[in-house]
Amino acid sequence: MGREELLKKEITVTVNGETFTKSVSCNKTLLSFLRDDLYLTGTKEGCGEGECGACTVIMDGKPVNSCLVLAVEAGGHEILTIEGLSRNGELHPIQEAFIRHQGIQCGFCTPGMIMSAKALLDRNPHPTEEEIKDAISGNLCRCTGYKPIINAVKDVAERGEKR
Amino acid sequence: MSNSYIGKSIPRMESFEKVTGIAKYVHDMALPGMLYAKILTSPHAHARIVSIDKSEAEKLPGVKAVLVGSELPYKLGLYLIDKDILAKGKVRYQGEAVAAVAAESEEIARRAIELIKVEYEPLTPVFDPVEAIQEDAPLVHEDLGSYDYMKGVFNPIAGTNIANHFKLRKGDVEKGFKDSYRIFENEYTMPQVNHVPLETHAVIAEWTKSGRINIYTSAQSPFAVRNLMSIAFKIPHSKIHVRVPYVGGGFGGKAGIHLEPLAACLSKKAGGRPVKIVASREEEFNTIPSRQGLTARIKTGVSEEGRVLAQEIVYYWDAGAYADYGVNIGRASGYSGAGPYEIENVKLDSYTIYTNHPFGTAYRGFGHVEFFWAIERQMDIIARELGIDPYEFRMKNLLKPGSITITGEKIRENTGRVDKCLKTVVEAIEWGEQKTEEEKQEEFKKGKVTGKGFAVLHKAPAMPTFTSCSAIIKFNEDGSVNVVVSGVDYGQGTYTALAQIAAEVLKMPIEKVHMVWECDTDTGPYDWQTVASRFTFMGGNAIIKAAHDAIDQMKEVASAVLRAPKDELEIGNEKIYVKHNPDEFLTYREVAMGYTYPNGNSIGGPIIGRGKYIAQGLTNLDPETGQGLPALDWTYGAHAVEIEVDVRTGELELKKVVSAFDVGKVVNKLLCEGQVVGGVVQGIGTSLYEGFVYTPDGRLLTNSFTDYKIPTSKDIPDVVEPLFVETPQLDGPFGARGVAEHPMISVHAAIGNAIYNAIGVDIMELPITSERIWRAIKEKERRDQRAKTLKG
Repeated sequence: MGREELLKKEITVTVNGETFTKSVSCNKTLLSFLRDDLYLTGTKEGCGEGECGACTVIMDGKPVNSCLVLAVEAGGHEILTIEGLSRNGELHPIQEAFIRHQGIQCGFCTPGMIMSAKALLDRNPHPTEEEIKDAISGNLCRCTGYKPIINAVKDVAERGEKR
Repeated sequence: MSNSYIGKSIPRMESFEKVTGIAKYVHDMALPGMLYAKILTSPHAHARIVSIDKSEAEKLPGVKAVLVGSELPYKLGLYLIDKDILAKGKVRYQGEAVAAVAAESEEIARRAIELIKVEYEPLTPVFDPVEAIQEDAPLVHEDLGSYDYMKGVFNPIAGTNIANHFKLRKGDVEKGFKDSYRIFENEYTMPQVNHVPLETHAVIAEWTKSGRINIYTSAQSPFAVRNLMSIAFKIPHSKIHVRVPYVGGGFGGKAGIHLEPLAACLSKKAGGRPVKIVASREEEFNTIPSRQGLTARIKTGVSEEGRVLAQEIVYYWDAGAYADYGVNIGRASGYSGAGPYEIENVKLDSYTIYTNHPFGTAYRGFGHVEFFWAIERQMDIIARELGIDPYEFRMKNLLKPGSITITGEKIRENTGRVDKCLKTVVEAIEWGEQKTEEEKQEEFKKGKVTGKGFAVLHKAPAMPTFTSCSAIIKFNEDGSVNVVVSGVDYGQGTYTALAQIAAEVLKMPIEKVHMVWECDTDTGPYDWQTVASRFTFMGGNAIIKAAHDAIDQMKEVASAVLRAPKDELEIGNEKIYVKHNPDEFLTYREVAMGYTYPNGNSIGGPIIGRGKYIAQGLTNLDPETGQGLPALDWTYGAHAVEIEVDVRTGELELKKVVSAFDVGKVVNKLLCEGQVVGGVVQGIGTSLYEGFVYTPDGRLLTNSFTDYKIPTSKDIPDVVEPLFVETPQLDGPFGARGVAEHPMISVHAAIGNAIYNAIGVDIMELPITSERIWRAIKEKERRDQRAKTLKG
């Protein structure tokens, strides 16, 4: 067995409801696994250091910076990415609210931002404004000034749309 | 359906792509056989490169190309050709690219970079722009005198660090000062700041063996990339193909040319395999350019009644190691650098100065964020010292219809109204009755003091006199259209506004207007650059012309088929009909690809509308006096803020920001408001948190999100209120003018003015950190105490 193989490990991970068994390098991040191995490029890399939140995905119901999680650590867990949010072409209520309020400009922070919002609303369907700001405070956005994003999340909570 | 789409709040057309992760950025792309590149950067701010040994790196399996500066006989520059693709002979800032590797994987490239050995001999650096123009200062570019530059527009001075000296002379300042009741002299500074687009710069380039260069890049200006590459490499434009997919924010930082030439050269060396470079966040801060720093000295003479009689201004721009857009920022800030005021006597010198800092480039506001910090703080200080309300003081001096600007331009009724913007925001914060000294003392004792402040702003597109753009409207078989432009929508929402304009003129549903997303220099029509808040204005005008061209072509066909003169035809509801008999019509669909008569005869052919627009009436400015017409359109604005300061900690809470802009005509309210709210919050970052910090030897300390903080969701004011004034711009599309950069300008000055209003201290340096406020409070307490003691 070569050195490269020794540094690899087989993992079974569920991503957006689909189960994958793959051999991954021990130093591969979950972010790189999603983007480079599964071609799920909706999850973005903004800094690679866990500071910007662009790579946020949901792991077992909790938002994580996928650049700080190793792919091998994700083995045996359930991952939800932006690609798994809309079903059969139908947008999730959070996605619709982001459009209504235009909590989007360049779109690069958007997937991570939406995943943080989803994790918040799943555990707390009626957050206060402060709780919303807290929940997305790890997601940097340079375009929108956050107001329309906060309004979008509030709107979803008020409408009580869930899925 | 007159005017039905203009003014409508329509969400971005690409919203679905962006909320689902479908939108593809260069970051997300890969080509077959693609290599990955990494860059070795300089650890020194100023040093001679003694030797580079890359042999170990070249031996590493998987490495396909290793490049150093001496292999690249090319020079780059926008207006002043001063930059090598990789440092040659010496390095001029810490973070400058010295060598690069392309390899089979990022990991191999990273390892190879570590194997390159560079020997440096440190040189004396210079960091402060004011020091850098002293006679004995170390030279950043010894060869400045031999560099090529845009003559007649810029003025580099050989044998100095001055990359450009812009001069403006109006009236007689000496006489103005002599006639003045009082004279005020102050210095203001602003550090360098970074754009922080969430997507760092990314490029994939291939230089094929056939001699073509194909590029995918996260650039704001595809044609500028092509043009600059063509000049640098001496390759015909037609052999360079630049494509721009979705771009994750730019703010000016992706306007010029950055990693594209390096990726192309690596590809050439690797035998034509495509090479991808993605800047790390550290490189985004440290290697790729940021906003220039500014030291501003202003001397203002005023009459007893509060008229500004004379102003002498010197702007010292910290351009960093290369000129890039910096020389044009110095120029733009020169011709508009006294603010939107009518001043009879002005002397202004704007020096773009080389230093050993990372270099400066365009950033939202293009110099105006920087100098308005000085101008609008200065105006408040003067008003207060004269005992005049700062609102009244500004109203006495602001430009109005009939005023002459400092370059000699006459302001007209349709130029826009800065006074209306100011009035709007001042009313919104209920400026008026001031707190008594007792009330202030009472608040101070409680520990939290409130204050209000405001500031005005203006900006015109800073661009060459010959700036032009074009648009194509292609009809599809079903009667829908594809609109092709080459300005980039990197988040501003311009494409949506342009679709509204196209739908409006073509009188068709906006759902049938498809904006072609990827910009492509091979197939798209020319556009100069997507900068300067000019895309809606110029692109909009080009689209209106393209739509009229398409309509004319359709009428040509309809005229024959309907047997009616062209001028008796009208359009509406996707039909061309006879004015007096609307039942006689052809649908767009029937003529889109050519009309076919029942017997099979056909006429016309595919409808392709073509439109163009070139800036009109602009002149080069007189090199000695700066007089002339530099501005296509002026957008005016004002901000007013309400703050609360914790006097024990210096913490500042921004409670409310109200902003008003004279945008001529709001094309899309939802998106206009988005520009304002986003710009204001970006301006808050510059005001309160952001600024490059260096070690004494010029190493950047703030090169990560750990050390460089931008506003988060928890740092925004309770209220950000965007308001619009509409004085139609007669030559703007439906009366519109640009508003992309403006929301970021003058936010800091409004806050600075509010701080004085609250606690009586003047902050002269940015950013206004809590520490700076706390120190100013302590200093004031010491002063007050000393005054008391002296009195006692």
